[in-house]
Amino acid sequence: MSLILDAVITGILTGGVYALMASGLTLVFGVMDIINIAQGALVILGAYLSFVLQQQFHLDLFLGLVITLPAMFILGVIIYVLFIRPLKHDRTMLSILVTFAIALIIEGVLTIVFHTNTRQIQSPYVTQSFQIGDFYLSYIYVFGFLLSAVLLGALYLLLYRTKFGQGLRASMQNRTAAELIGINVDRVSAYTFGIGVALAAAGGMAFGATTAFVPGSHYDLISRLLAIIVFAGMGSLGGALIAAEAMLIVENVTAVVWSPVWSSTVFFVLLVAILILRPQGLLGKLEGRKQ
Amino acid sequence: MTDSMAKLLKVGSLLLLLVLALLFPFIAGNSTYVTIAIFAFGFAAAATGWNVFSGYTGYIALGHAAYYGIGGYTLAILCQHWHIAGGWIPFLLVPLAGLVAAVFSVPLGAIALRTRRHTFVVVTIATFFILQLMSYNLRGLTNGSSGIDFPLITDWGINIPGISFADFYVLPFYYVALALTLVALAVSWFVRNSKFGLGLLAIRDDEDRALGLGVRTGPSKLFAFVISAFFAGAAGALLSYYIGGVQPTFTFDALFDVAIALMVFFGGIGTLAGPILGALVLESVQKYSATVFTQGGGGVYLIIYGALFLVVVLLLPQGVIPSLSILWNKYVLRRIEPTDAAEDTSAGTPGAGPVGDRLPRVNEGASA
Repeated sequence: MSLILDAVITGILTGGVYALMASGLTLVFGVMDIINIAQGALVILGAYLSFVLQQQFHLDLFLGLVITLPAMFILGVIIYVLFIRPLKHDRTMLSILVTFAIALIIEGVLTIVFHTNTRQIQSPYVTQSFQIGDFYLSYIYVFGFLLSAVLLGALYLLLYRTKFGQGLRASMQNRTAAELIGINVDRVSAYTFGIGVALAAAGGMAFGATTAFVPGSHYDLISRLLAIIVFAGMGSLGGALIAAEAMLIVENVTAVVWSPVWSSTVFFVLLVAILILRPQGLLGKLEGRKQ
Repeated sequence: MTDSMAKLLKVGSLLLLLVLALLFPFIAGNSTYVTIAIFAFGFAAAATGWNVFSGYTGYIALGHAAYYGIGGYTLAILCQHWHIAGGWIPFLLVPLAGLVAAVFSVPLGAIALRTRRHTFVVVTIATFFILQLMSYNLRGLTNGSSGIDFPLITDWGINIPGISFADFYVLPFYYVALALTLVALAVSWFVRNSKFGLGLLAIRDDEDRALGLGVRTGPSKLFAFVISAFFAGAAGALLSYYIGGVQPTFTFDALFDVAIALMVFFGGIGTLAGPILGALVLESVQKYSATVFTQGGGGVYLIIYGALFLVVVLLLPQGVIPSLSILWNKYVLRRIEPTDAAEDTSAGTPGAGPVGDRLPRVNEGASA
């Protein structure tokens, strides 16, 4: 029983990190109607950046984010300007291919620089743990969860308490109307893409500290993130939060009560079930006719 | 040039291409080149099949590696369970492997096709990852991560004087791959010129309107999906047999999903010849660069692939064949009637208008 409780707590804590990564993905989708397949590769890139800062410069993991977050934000804006903005027609479909290509390039660069050896971020947070009741919990899980909570909270404030956030939500609701009332949708899109990528970097730090990774890990990661946002309903931030928590709890509990090899299959089965019952996902809106 | 002459020229050049393809192993003379051609034609068949669904309906499926993998595993498992010796018999089972992939694609396609656009893409990617997981986890059937080996081919039973076994070894694979491509091309042509195909193109242009006009969109989409899964499965079976084994990591290869889409986009999506051209060019480039850039653990190759993809999507969104045929039409028109040329070419530009203007684009590509 305590094993199951342990699995649920670990699931909640890691679920927060996945919610962070998925929120970047679903935010970009909501504003621009594109799916950033490179999100997984960008998470892995963020993990490698944190790894290098920690290993080479002995920078504290959370302090390192002060460097990696702005850097990844700028990278996101550059990717948007160079590769997403030029797509004029059939943008939704072509953007999937373009971002897949970006993912491959990132994987290729990481493979050349770091080779395919398995890495994991080392730090006092990872090795030290504390005791709650009967079981031990590594600090990184708690701090990773807190980081996610803080960043998601900041994202909420940005979206609902600032003028930029108003413009962003207006662009999500209706792109053309937002343009008509004088919102610079192009700039909003660029910043949103940057924010999405920066969230991936933050998630990457927490992911890299709790999981071993290689450059090719992004395939597995993006499949989970996509499953989360489809389960949630595309473009729904609150749904992404619920879905990420649900996925990680289901996985961890399955690993304990059944077998670790089947843990992610169970979530995919749930995904198929929800698509049969509700094709638009948990909190998604039914897709209308878009021209 | 009269119409009949142009037709004769077209048939003649197509026949010439076919003869060239048939004689290629003897022209190439080197089994390394024939090996590249086997992969190129295997992928050409899969890409042509993929195009029947994604090119004609406009639904981009990024999970066909799942059916490629099912095809490969089906053939490997059948050979193991029926104790089939290496040789000709596995070739006969290639269509059966394709059929098994097609059977799998019925429920999977039906679920995926409940959604549209991006959600559809995501669901197809998810089906791929589910099946890859299955191939790892269903150890009793798939032997887990170590995979299954095909029976070794020690003798084809035919001895032609002057050709060594090593040189002859690749020939049966080459001709089966070529035949598979031709079958896929015939199916693609047939669909393209049928009422069913017209319905698919209507779905691409405006699905709701097509439904309103009486196209049975649901069954049409599913049937096209099943056709494409069949060819992915057959190609998977053939190429896995040539490689000599199946394994979760490279039989269910995420790169296959992108590779096949890139090939079709490169050649020209929705055209007949585009996927074949794309597969022949890109697969040859890939196999060749894999032998040249051996350092960096395949990193260089991934970068080249990604960069090529970006160039094609951003600069040649119509693909090579439609772009070339637009240029060719401009050239011809300018030669015949210099004054009308500008007006006519603007009308022929793809994507310029709704259904009516876009349909000829496919024909142009098909005739190229």
